[in-house]
Amino acid sequence: MDRLLPRVLFVDLTRYRFWVEERPELFRDRLGGTGVGIELLWERCPAGTDPLAPENPIIFAVGPLSSLFPLASKTVAMFKSPHTRNLGESHCGGRTALALRLAGYGALVIEGRSDVPVYLAIHGDKVYFRDSRALWGLSSSATVGRILREVEPGSGYRTILRIGRAGESRVSYANVIAETYRHFGRLGLGAAFGSKGLKAVVISGKGSIPVAQVGRYQKLYRALHDKAVRSELMRKYHDLGTAQNVGPLNEIGALPVRNLQAGRYDEEPAFTGERLAQGYLGRRLACTGCPVACIHLAALREPHPIEPYFYKTTFVSYDHEPLYALGTMLGMEDAEGVLKLIDAVEHAGLDAITCGVVLAWATEAFHRGLLSERDTGGLAPGWGDAATYVEMARRIAARRGELYDLLAQGVDAAATRYGGAEFALAFGGNEMAGYHTGPGAYLTYLSGARHSHLDSAGYAVDQEALAQGRSLTPEELARALFQEEARRQVLASLVVCFFARGLYDPETVAQCLEALGSEWDAASLARLGEDILRRKHAFKVREGFSLGALRIPGRVAETPTPHGTVDPDWLRQALAAMSRLLHGEPS
Amino acid sequence: MARRLSVVDVERCVDCLLCALACARRFGEGGLARSAIAVRSAGGVERGFVVVVCRACSDPPCLAACPVGAVEKARVGVKVLADRCIGCRACVAACPIGAVAWDEERGKPVICVHCGLCATFCPHGVLALEEVGGG
Ligand code: SF4
Ligand code: SF4
Ligand code: SF4
Ligand code: SF4
Repeated sequence: MDRLLPRVLFVDLTRYRFWVEERPELFRDRLGGTGVGIELLWERCPAGTDPLAPENPIIFAVGPLSSLFPLASKTVAMFKSPHTRNLGESHCGGRTALALRLAGYGALVIEGRSDVPVYLAIHGDKVYFRDSRALWGLSSSATVGRILREVEPGSGYRTILRIGRAGESRVSYANVIAETYRHFGRLGLGAAFGSKGLKAVVISGKGSIPVAQVGRYQKLYRALHDKAVRSELMRKYHDLGTAQNVGPLNEIGALPVRNLQAGRYDEEPAFTGERLAQGYLGRRLACTGCPVACIHLAALREPHPIEPYFYKTTFVSYDHEPLYALGTMLGMEDAEGVLKLIDAVEHAGLDAITCGVVLAWATEAFHRGLLSERDTGGLAPGWGDAATYVEMARRIAARRGELYDLLAQGVDAAATRYGGAEFALAFGGNEMAGYHTGPGAYLTYLSGARHSHLDSAGYAVDQEALAQGRSLTPEELARALFQEEARRQVLASLVVCFFARGLYDPETVAQCLEALGSEWDAASLARLGEDILRRKHAFKVREGFSLGALRIPGRVAETPTPHGTVDPDWLRQALAAMSRLLHGEPS
Repeated sequence: MARRLSVVDVERCVDCLLCALACARRFGEGGLARSAIAVRSAGGVERGFVVVVCRACSDPPCLAACPVGAVEKARVGVKVLADRCIGCRACVAACPIGAVAWDEERGKPVICVHCGLCATFCPHGVLALEEVGGG
């Protein structure tokens, strides 16, 4: 481990102070990223803290591989979630990891609350609190980025993290946007920013990182680079991006459509990866240090509303998840409508997945008469009506009126007031992702530490089982997902992108760490992964979470998956098995 | 024939910085402190990128500007004699395209030596070594 990694920068927004603490043992034992983040959260977040209180710490952490190895491109954010009120953890690519690491830190902890809106500028060892009153209230998060690009130094080696209106008004699933097109998307980091009066964080760094064994390092780097460039992953995600999942999921009937009233469109959606690439792809981008470049921007050319013969081109980043949540889940038919809606949600600074599920719930509730036009403020949400959804997203971000104020807290809050819990598609308080593949997907949503599809990728287990024509017992499924989630804790501590999981098998990880002067082997890494996972679960339990008390919405069992109908009792058995594993039963 | 690093197709640049990180690895270190190549967005990432690196001028303004003769002509481009350099930054100001990078840790300039390492790590065909006449 190099001498820079264990440096933790603390910022107190209440007293406008900052200081650095050296934590070599912490980084030695927990690597970095999620492993370090959860320990800092345990240390700094008292039990029962209100997620919007000054005491809630916002922790950003990178790891030993960050900036040094290919695809070590992610930063982990750790906080108490304003959305689920327990563990808040979110990962983001872009340039944040490089900037933080080369500014000379392994982690950044932001605490307190400023009584005037500020933004933080961190340039190497200099930290500035800057007045952001002129930025507060701007209608678009993109404008904030544009302004900060002009007034702050560090072009080419900096990150600009900012919130939109939704974060300012503390929508519980407001996101933080990095480099315009990447996000700390889920669980409401944006609301935590907003509650601290923090509009943005700019970090720049271009220092050097010493390497313990230079020869080994150079060789390993080249081998991993070559492998990544030649991999199937590279072709798949570079060509079409994650949007390539839309078509195949629709074909097998695993794509949630119209609030999961169906698992497919009769005909292929107009916004599959292929069709978007052909009709709209305008640019590809990569996170820093990544050869894949999976980020795809659509160029949307629209006539100017006032000036004739004048067009404006908007760039919209598309991925599988927003295409599902703001596309199929809302019964959208045309690609342009989906792209416009994604763009609006982005500018408002809302988590696209939760926003889409919330709008889908509202549409169904409206159709069933649980909501009236009095509640919606005169709007009549209907499947495929992009213009109405754009307006609703704006009202959610502004929390205008009782309905939108509740929708700003997720489907559970809205269903508690208006009814319709059986089709309110949240698990553990977090809205579902775009996979209706079978029991694996649902066990991940329910039991994953972040209630995110990426926690243990049960959807992949479903698809694999489908291909092999086999089905797992509840215990087998729980074990498989526990092991996968444990393994991902190591990746998230290094911190490498989950797309690179095939590249970074435990032996390779141990070699990389050895070249950097740390001793690990496959067995000690496996133990670490399980340990981190249990530490996260224990934090949630401390905050009142219980696997046994989870709600399984009835809709899940109504719409068949490729594995047939999902049985809630079967899921409960799997949850019981998962609970035993999380409480220490050997895996 | 001598070869010069050239930006051959900037439209395909994805802003991954693999080039800049490779350049710093020439010195067996990570990071960007001693990287001679930089990538910047052309006013927002959606507008594309500018790759900033030495063009190997035949009559280099950076060399002419150095008050102590610490920038020398090389077979291609220039060479910085770090032990002679007093860290005045005159070369930085003189380069018309901003291609003299500054190593903050050592207080010395970094200028591309046209070795081509960055091009071998650019996955998208943006950079290449090109033959140049003379030398
Ligand atoms: S550093 Fe600039 S001035 Fe000097 S040779 Fe290169 S391009 Fe020309
Ligand atoms: S910084 Fe060094 S190389 Fe550049 S002009 Fe000054 S003395 Fe010469
Ligand atoms: S050619 Fe060599 S010195 Fe020049 S930018 Fe590329 S790696 Fe650096
Ligand atoms: S390696 Fe190639 S694609 Fe990546 S930033 Fe450099 S020039 Fe652009």
